[in-house]
Amino acid sequence: MEIWFSEFHTPDVKHSIRINRHLYSEKSSYQQIDIFDTPEFGRVLTLDGNVVITERDEFIYDEMITHIPMAVHPNIQDVLIIGAGDGGVVRELARYDSIRRIDLVEMDPMVLEACRMYLPENASRLDDSRVNIYFDNALRFIRRCKDEYDLIIVDSTDPYGPSEGYFTREFYGICYNALHDDGILINQQGSPFFKHDAEAMKRSHQRIVKIFPICRVYQAHIPTYAAGYWLFGFSSKKYHPIDDLDARRWEALGLVTRYYTTKLHIGAFYLPAFLENMLREVEE
Amino acid sequence: MDQNRAPIYEALQRFREMRVVPFDVPGHKHGRGNPELTAFLGEKCVSIDVNSMKPLDNLCHPVSVIKEAELLAADAFGAAYAFLMVGGTTSSVQSMVLSTCKRGDKIILPRNVHRSVINALVLCGAVPVYVNPGVDRKLGISLGMQREQVARAIAENPDAVAVLINNPTYYGICSDLRAIVKMAHDANMLCLVDEAHGTHFYFGENMPVSAMQAGADMAAVSMHKSGGSLTQSSLLLIGEKMNPGHVRQIINLTQTTSGSYLLMSSLDISRRNLALCGKTIFAEVVEMAEYAREEINSIGGYYAFGRELINENSIYDFDPTKLSVHTRDIGLAGIEVYDILRDEYDIQIEFGDIGNVLAYLSIGDRLQEVERLVSALAEIRRRYQKDPAGLLSQEYIDPEVVVSPQEAFYANKKSLPISESVGCVCSEFVMSYPPGIPIIAPGERITKEILDYIMYAKIKGCSLTGPEDPDIQYINVLA
Repeated sequence: MEIWFSEFHTPDVKHSIRINRHLYSEKSSYQQIDIFDTPEFGRVLTLDGNVVITERDEFIYDEMITHIPMAVHPNIQDVLIIGAGDGGVVRELARYDSIRRIDLVEMDPMVLEACRMYLPENASRLDDSRVNIYFDNALRFIRRCKDEYDLIIVDSTDPYGPSEGYFTREFYGICYNALHDDGILINQQGSPFFKHDAEAMKRSHQRIVKIFPICRVYQAHIPTYAAGYWLFGFSSKKYHPIDDLDARRWEALGLVTRYYTTKLHIGAFYLPAFLENMLREVEE
Repeated sequence: MDQNRAPIYEALQRFREMRVVPFDVPGHKHGRGNPELTAFLGEKCVSIDVNSMKPLDNLCHPVSVIKEAELLAADAFGAAYAFLMVGGTTSSVQSMVLSTCKRGDKIILPRNVHRSVINALVLCGAVPVYVNPGVDRKLGISLGMQREQVARAIAENPDAVAVLINNPTYYGICSDLRAIVKMAHDANMLCLVDEAHGTHFYFGENMPVSAMQAGADMAAVSMHKSGGSLTQSSLLLIGEKMNPGHVRQIINLTQTTSGSYLLMSSLDISRRNLALCGKTIFAEVVEMAEYAREEINSIGGYYAFGRELINENSIYDFDPTKLSVHTRDIGLAGIEVYDILRDEYDIQIEFGDIGNVLAYLSIGDRLQEVERLVSALAEIRRRYQKDPAGLLSQEYIDPEVVVSPQEAFYANKKSLPISESVGCVCSEFVMSYPPGIPIIAPGERITKEILDYIMYAKIKGCSLTGPEDPDIQYINVLA
């Protein structure tokens, strides 16, 4: 007997993963949450039928969304994470002793619960004493913050769904307001390949460039996401993602990574021509 | 009556299953003749865009399923009868006026009525007697009618045939409806209520009193606003004193003979939903509005007003679902905030005027969008706040009615550059839309104050409508 999980990347493109067992399936007030055990990708978390993380390739996403800003900004102490209820981003950040506070805002307590139960490796550092977990709407939470964080990481789901509000101009604006004068905002920017995704990516880039003086996009290869090709936004008030990269300082920390390197850091910001054109179009 | 029923909806379901071959209008024949439209709206939708026929009844003369739906609506709203309307609440309002007023009859009404009321006066030739609704100085919004003012208008015009009341105004302000109904009835006048913004009063708890509950004779209810039905569908409610046959005749003077089943079924389904779940739905809407008010007021600068305004008379009650925000203190006109919200934040709100914006909260809203609205307002304040000095505050301009709206509308007229029109009698409307309340109406004298107001509204970006000249450089006045 074969059981397959399928996700439509477009109405005409389907990505399927064979399943051993369906471990968890619950509907929260926000979304449908499922965790599968699969032969190729290990455990897979899906929200509303979209793959959020898999044990096999989560390291790419979680490393790229954290180490890039950590290697640029010389003194990150206060960090805010939006979403990321699976704990992968917290786990990466918790490796830095210099960080003194990690605030995590997740709207859906059930995601966190499910991940603690079925993705214990990802959730391993959620109990770190520096971590404060808030179950709240992120817009509401950040609106109340002014000049409070060195780094904000937006680890949300796709722009079509409960996270829609995290791709808006008002959201980027209140993030700007919540960051220190040299703060950095990292957000997942979706995929530029399929038309529907590309449109959303362009729209959010267009909004963000109006708010931050430095806005760059970087890429990573993530097999289970649409087209296997994923983008992140690096938006900053002061530091440039390449010019201000301090590779020696970061390497001196001796962190072992599986995807991120300081060389790849630079390379990730060099984009294919079609993507450069797309971004230029909305920057003008 | 069994409010679980939805007779029009049920009849359409049966009709669909019968797979009737259409050799009647509409010519698209269940969508087959217009594949592009069918692809756009969906087969389900176009297949019930059908004509009146025996199994589906006829809106002009209902005897079966439409009549049942109307009786169910009457029961749900506590009315003696309810008419399904497909020409918008404009047609409900006009039918109220046309059912009660003839040429030369006087009707007592506040000046901040919707244009559809004065349009009806143009049609029937009735003469308005305006009651000054008064203006809240700080907020610059028109209030409800004060009891003493209505009493005086009734005493001064004992020959008037009806009193018309907004319940509530666009901003959510209610007059003392019960008292005014009693005054009107004591003076042998009918009481008509424009409830375009008050559908939820019939279903929510702790809401202002509804027209039917207050004993009014007719009410125009915009089901498509807070009730969730399709745009252009509406209800006309009547009390015991009215003759339903006569009202039906009046409706049929101007209403289409091809009533849309999309609109009628939306009324039927929405009425059922409100009757069964209205209490819960509107409790949630009120909770959301109260939360939004609290959050907006904590931003600073903005004033999202609510029940604290209630003063027992001109603000006898307040509709807690209305989210009106006074913006003048952050140095921006309401219309400017309205434009910034749409242009920069992709948030469309109901309207902005000189001093306020109104966000419409209803049956379909979710907290996550409210968070976006509040955050965007916080951002607008951070980015654009300036000194409010020099911003005009809205004043009530007491109109001088020189001739009846009908006489002015049909009189010989000439076109003048608007700046040269002071002192002339206007023969057309000028209004800012929304809210669609005329700044000047046919038959009223043009004053410098009015022109200043029009110019200011134009500069700030209000979309002004009404006159023949779309740019409002010229205005028609009596020759």
